[in-house]
Amino acid sequence: MTSYLIENASVVGEKVADLGISGGVFVDAKSLNRDDRDVTVIDATGLVALPGLVDLHTHLRQPGMDHAETVLSGSRAAAAGGFTCVHAMANTAPVADSVGITDLVHRLGREAGYADVRPIGAVTKGLEGAELAGIGGMANGEAQVRVFSDDGHCVSDSLVMRRALEYVSTFDGVIAQHAQDPRLTEGAQINEGALSSSLGLAGWPAVAEEAIIARDILLAEYTGARLHICHLSTKGSVDIVRQAKARGAKVTAEATPHHLLLTEELTSGYDPIFKVNPPLRTNEDVLAVREGVADGTIDIVATDHAPHPSEAKDCAFDEAAFGMLGLEVAINVVQKALVETGLLSWTDVARVLSTTPAAIGGVEGYATPFALGAPAHLALHDPSGEKLATMKYSKSHNNPYRELTLPGSIKYTFYRGVATVIESEVVDLGGHA
Amino acid sequence: MAADYVLSESDITRTIKRMAHEIIEGTPDTSSLVLLGIPTRGAVLAERLADQISDITGADVPVGVLDVTMYRDDIGQGELRIPTPTTEPDGGIDDKVVVLVDDVLFSGRTVRAALDALIDLGRPRTVRLAVLVDRGHRDFPIRADFVGKNLPSATHEHVSVFLEESDGEEGVRVER
Amino acid sequence: MRHLLDTDGLGRDQAIALLDTAAEFSGIQERKVQKLPTLRGVTVANLFFEDSTRTRLSFESAAKKLSADVITFTGQGSSLSKGESLKDTAQTIEAMGTQIMVVRHSSSGAAWRLAHSGWLNSSVVNAGDGTHAHPTQALLDAYTMRSRLHGAAATGKDLDGVRVVIVGDIAHSRVARSNVHLLNTLGAEVTLVAPKTLMPTGVDKWSVTTQNNFDEALAGSPDVVMMLRVQHERMKGSHFPSPREYVSRYGLSAERFQSLKESTLVMHPGPMNRGVEISSVAADSPQSTILEQVTNGVWVRMAVLYSVYQQGDAR
Repeated sequence: MTSYLIENASVVGEKVADLGISGGVFVDAKSLNRDDRDVTVIDATGLVALPGLVDLHTHLRQPGMDHAETVLSGSRAAAAGGFTCVHAMANTAPVADSVGITDLVHRLGREAGYADVRPIGAVTKGLEGAELAGIGGMANGEAQVRVFSDDGHCVSDSLVMRRALEYVSTFDGVIAQHAQDPRLTEGAQINEGALSSSLGLAGWPAVAEEAIIARDILLAEYTGARLHICHLSTKGSVDIVRQAKARGAKVTAEATPHHLLLTEELTSGYDPIFKVNPPLRTNEDVLAVREGVADGTIDIVATDHAPHPSEAKDCAFDEAAFGMLGLEVAINVVQKALVETGLLSWTDVARVLSTTPAAIGGVEGYATPFALGAPAHLALHDPSGEKLATMKYSKSHNNPYRELTLPGSIKYTFYRGVATVIESEVVDLGGHA
Repeated sequence: MAADYVLSESDITRTIKRMAHEIIEGTPDTSSLVLLGIPTRGAVLAERLADQISDITGADVPVGVLDVTMYRDDIGQGELRIPTPTTEPDGGIDDKVVVLVDDVLFSGRTVRAALDALIDLGRPRTVRLAVLVDRGHRDFPIRADFVGKNLPSATHEHVSVFLEESDGEEGVRVER
Repeated sequence: MRHLLDTDGLGRDQAIALLDTAAEFSGIQERKVQKLPTLRGVTVANLFFEDSTRTRLSFESAAKKLSADVITFTGQGSSLSKGESLKDTAQTIEAMGTQIMVVRHSSSGAAWRLAHSGWLNSSVVNAGDGTHAHPTQALLDAYTMRSRLHGAAATGKDLDGVRVVIVGDIAHSRVARSNVHLLNTLGAEVTLVAPKTLMPTGVDKWSVTTQNNFDEALAGSPDVVMMLRVQHERMKGSHFPSPREYVSRYGLSAERFQSLKESTLVMHPGPMNRGVEISSVAADSPQSTILEQVTNGVWVRMAVLYSVYQQGDAR
């Protein structure tokens, strides 16, 4: 296997240094001889070295919805975006509510070979919100599932949520909640407000997200369990989480790239490319979410990459599916919304896009970036320049950024010391389609 | 300004008087005579002709306005045209001698449209055409029965009629 | 004007031109041949994904009076119920040769999508999309007000200073939305009356007065009272306790009707629920314009079809 000598990288944007990769782990750069035939030298001048990015929230659609995405195509899209680990949500067909499915997804990820694919198990059977899924079985299987979520649906029954929290607390699992009170959001399409009213589209009020978050934090405190809030999108939600953390609650939260950059005005043309759950909110909400990431109220950025085939978006707005792509340009959106606005440094970016999501998901090897002997998960990002945000690797095309230019580009990604992206192109590793 | 006019104010007055005489001469039964002007200036001219004719015969001549906007052959091209009112002359047009009146006869398309509009209004006994200026270059086989002035012109030239009631000045001008 | 999708995009001059054109078209009733050849050879497709016999017939009548050919698609029993999409249905119909598409759909924004997605070449006229817009209804309502107020002298006039009260399920009403935009453009003063649960979010940003008490709104001596139909689903969706309570607080009862000045117009887009939002006394009075609105709808729709028709390149 090739070794890599990476020269003059700006390590998490702080100081310039060389990095060495050999035998799948990080090694002292000085131990590598640049003239050796087995050593590839990479000139990383001007590139920011980040630990391999970890996505806590992705939809890989396999099994069952392969026309939209597969574990292979999704892993490639992830690699293109600098990710070396993705957590695959359970709303597949069939639902990942038992060890058979989660271990299948785990195996497909290993076969693809581009990133660690960590399956997320459902909280309830069939995502129906009534009976607990085979949580223990999934936790003990090959995949060692630690994150459980009914994402796509809210676990709205308070008793079921309480039981789920109690159950996972026995093995330090975490429940990741999609906070959406179903009764307040029946038929909802976009953020509730003056715009939804004038467009004639049913509104999704902020309070439907905030009320569930508030309840769940109280339940988590009561049961002593870990709670993770998916795709936080409103100012009110940020405030509630901030107060909870101030009193020591064991809650973590994520925000998506689109909720850091895009607002509800984009839906004025009724284009379902901008239809997502939770919906795009107001500018005030976007600023509050950014502040939340900056001050640590929101612990991580997670993509909620949601591929959909064209027929699910090429229709009337209320007939369209919810969801946007995100893996391939997440880092670019984060750069634009958080780094270029001075809210995050690249060290912070490593924290919110790698170290912390790995910690929440219980993924080994990310605790200390570039630690010698640790698996060589690395992304080399060029922050300069800007280009049209096209996405090439996902099987689907519901890209909300396609008419925007975004800054920066991933030049190299290494997963366990193997180069998955070279010169911004994903390498063909020869896995299954 | 007067130097630009091909027909002056007094020319127009004389011409209308002469046309009135011609229409009377050409219409054996003047009691069936009605005039229909094509807006905007054709309608003005129709009023003037009617006044002249009744001065001569002593009897009133019914006048109406025939809007042809909806009958044009260039619908959906160019700028959107808003239709203006069509008013039938007193006593209608059925079995009448209808004289259509317009200011300038050029390609003949307007008169073609006017004939279609006329047929949808009723069934005249006879239809005649009176124009103040005939500038030639017909695209359709249409000729005027009563002509104020023959004004041979090149196709790229612009012949404009100005009338007091519609334009605040009087005269016919040719712009090259 | 290539498409007519809503009334917020209509400027004052454009709106008045449409109303004046409609007035001219109304004159053909007096003629021997009650038809114009203007759109001869043009095919108008009625794409009615959501059922509505009266609006569909009104557009059909308007198209035929302009000598256009009409082909009609209605949702029931069609391949749409078998899962064919909006895009495919519209493209299939257009492939048969249409120049104008009149679309009614239960999804807000459906007409906008058809006009702007690049799927079609035809002009699109919105005949009602979800709870968003119903521009031809607003135009015929404005036309009715104008012609009742000014008679034959209505040409070129707007509705400056006219006080209009609209009552009913404003939150879910595309008729109310389109009327609010157009009436504001034409200079009228609009008051919306509804219980809080049926007022739209953000209505405080609209250029209207809102009022939860119908009687107080009527005390302001409006020139027009427009009643909207209330749907039964709203009663079940916890918007309102019972039909009886709704009628007593928001219905145009005989008593409320009698309190109106004689010149006040009583309007309703139809179909009406007699005895619910409007009493028979009101509906059958000389002040009621309900049937005229239907007649006027044909002239207005003729004006709209004429105005959106484009031959070849756009204007």
